[in-house]
Formats: sequence, C-alpha cells, structure tokens
Amino acid sequence: MTLPKFEYLAPETAEEVCRLLKERGKAAKVMAGGTDLLVSLRNRQSRPAAIIGLKGIKPLALIVFDKKKGLSIGATALLSDVASHKDISKMYPAIAYAARQTATVQIRNMGTVVGNICNAAPSADNAPTLLAMGAELIIMGIRGEKRLPLARFFKGPGITALGKDEIVISLFVPLPPPHSGISYQHISARGKVDISAVGVGTMITMEGKKCKYARIALGGVAPVPMLAKKAEKRLTGKMLIPDVIEETALQAAEESKPISDVRASAEYRRKMVAVLTRRALLEAKKRAGL
Amino acid sequence: MKHSISLKVNGDTYHLAVDPWKTLNEVLREELNLTGTKLGCGTGDCGACTVLVDGRSVSSCLTLAVEMDGKEITTVEGLAPSGERLHPIQKAFIEKAAIQCGYCTPGMELSALYLLKNNPSPTEEEIREAISGNLCRCTGYKKIVEAIAAAAKEMKE
Repeated sequence: MTLPKFEYLAPETAEEVCRLLKERGKAAKVMAGGTDLLVSLRNRQSRPAAIIGLKGIKPLALIVFDKKKGLSIGATALLSDVASHKDISKMYPAIAYAARQTATVQIRNMGTVVGNICNAAPSADNAPTLLAMGAELIIMGIRGEKRLPLARFFKGPGITALGKDEIVISLFVPLPPPHSGISYQHISARGKVDISAVGVGTMITMEGKKCKYARIALGGVAPVPMLAKKAEKRLTGKMLIPDVIEETALQAAEESKPISDVRASAEYRRKMVAVLTRRALLEAKKRAGL
Repeated sequence: MKHSISLKVNGDTYHLAVDPWKTLNEVLREELNLTGTKLGCGTGDCGACTVLVDGRSVSSCLTLAVEMDGKEITTVEGLAPSGERLHPIQKAFIEKAAIQCGYCTPGMELSALYLLKNNPSPTEEEIREAISGNLCRCTGYKKIVEAIAAAAKEMKE
C-alpha cells in the first residue's frame, strides 16, 4: 500500500517548473493537490521518477477577481477556496457550486480546480461551467506564456493540449455579460462523493425576452467535456418558453456521445443530458432575472 | 534523498528527515507513534486518516510528508492532550454511543471538529454533508450525527 519511490522537486517559480519538465521529460509529473496523481501512483498506474510540487510557488495559489476584467483562479487554488469565495459565489455562482460539488470536504481541502481540469477526465465536475463561460487557460512554457480557450484544451480522456514543457498557471473566466445567467447541474448514483455520471453547464445571455447567446456544455457523455453546438443554436434568438427549452434539451441529448460504464449506461446518460439541460436552462433563466 | 522538515503536531515541534514518498499518515503512525490516526483505503475515499493541517481537514494518506514543512497538524491525540479530560466531541461520541468498532472514530471526530470550528450551529443536513467523506463500516451514522449535534450544543455553552 505504500507509494512507489520517487524524487521530490520543489521549484520556486513557474519558469523553473518548465525547465525541469524539459530536462526530465515524461519521467516527471507535476503535482498540485495530489488527490488524483497520488492515487494513480498508489495503484501503480503511474510511476514517475520525479514529482514536481507546485505548492511552493506562492503566486499560483491566488484567486483574483477584477470587476472590470474577470476572474483568475491560480493553479494551486483549492476547490474549497473557490467554493467559498465571496466574489465567485456572487458573480459566478455555478463555478462555486461545481467546486463545492466535487468530491468530499477533505479532497476539496487538498485538490484544485485547475488540477481537475488538467486531469482531463470527461466527467470533471468543474469543466462544463467553465466551458460554457468561455474560460481560457494561461499556459507557461519554456518559450513564454500563452492563452488557450478551454474549448481547445481537451484532446481525449486524460489528454490535453499541453506541450511537454508546459504547465497551466491559471484559469481566466471573463465577466458574465449583462443579463446573463449560469448554472451547473449534475447527477451520480452515489451522491456527490462519487464521480458525476453526467454534468451540464450553461450560460445564457438575454436581450429583452429573447436569448441572444447560449452555451451548453456537457460532461461525462463524450471522450472530452463538449459543447452542444446544435442545441445552443436552437436557443439563439428565441424566447425561453417551455417548448423551446424542451427542444433544446432533447437536441443536447442527441448530440451527446455517451458510453456505458460502471457509473451509468449510455441510454441513462443520454436521458439525463436532457433532464439536466432542462434544469440548467431553467436555473440560468432565473439567474438572468427572468 | 531525504528531506528535512519541521512540523508541529498537536503543539509539539518535530524535526524529521523524510523520504519524499512517505505520506503524512506513515510519518504520524510509524515515526511519531501517533497511531490514533488510522489508514483505511489509502486513496482518499474513506476518511479514516483525516487530520487537520493548518486548520483544514485533509486525508493524511494522500498528503506527502515532504510538503508538511512548517505546518501545524492536529490529530485525534490532540483533542485530549492530557489524556484525562476528553474533548466535548469525544465525550458526545461516548455518551451517544456513536462508536462501534471505532475504526472511523478518529477521522469522524476530526471532520466534526473542522465542521464545528467553521459552523458552530450546523443543521442535521450540514452535519451529514460534513461527514460525507468519512465512511463508517458499521453504518452507525445516526448516532454519529446525534453526537456531533450534541457536541455543537455543548461547545457553544
């Protein structure tokens, strides 16, 4: 039951992390909270020769909210800090909710939102809302910093667009536009401790009584967290009456590509996409002030 | 290579040299002989290994000791430092018969402590939510919830 042996490296800057990654290649793994990585070591699914700990890099723990620009969540900001942050709860309630719905108290006191994203599980609870809100990742590599839309980050289960010498240093979420509402809805067989079978995140922006812009993101029903683009189109320019919401929910279910596994069957997942999309749209509508 | 760390456990400072792959759970139990903290699943699911690090509840089985330099840790032994006067949470667990086999008890009590420090008057729902990361294999949850509610009342007085 003990962990396999490894070397522990504690760089003091993000630049140093990139240098170490370049030197060590695949033999090194970056660790924030460790709640996924150490489990995979314990199960011998992963055998890195070295672990690069990020916790010593103080700026990475910051959560910064700027009323004019938006929200920045650092790579080592804890799920529990995001869940209880006053500005996030007020301006980004679905982001706080998703963080609060991830795992257990203890895991939220150790694990990070960025780590949940970087592990790239199709079911990551924090991904759908962030996708729906148009979040971007701030990525640092040997050649400097760049920004990448989250929608282009996920490449497959556990696979991301990160290069060999790159790490995510923070996550940026734009301000929600005026008259918009966001929501995250999820479902799992064993309450919140288990990984979600399906999650739906949405952001709708209204113009008068009509929906000007909609984003619907689905988790746990495709190899990566995905946007249901056809469903989004069904909402655009429409009033959010029950028929339209129902049509959109069914369209989202049709677009999903679920598989059957230990958590749920493909059929159940597809049905739940419709249910959760409906719930998410109704909550988002309410939050948009309608 | 061993790393030298200094950490405070239940108020006592220790200077240790630890292998990087040693968990806080192993160091507490095997090097400091604080065996009150248990090891269950080893994967952060059961909560038997729960301790407080700088006041936050964490799974000691998924915490590397090397990252504990300068941290303050509270284990179940820290609830009743003298060994004579029990903490109100411990008393409530005994009075309400919230202990069966006892294996989950240290973790449950620390999750309770973390809850009551942040929320002195929790509802039953909030208590259940707070211990959702702690499994009781004897399934004695009802008594545990009652004990935490009783401890909350006692600690406010």
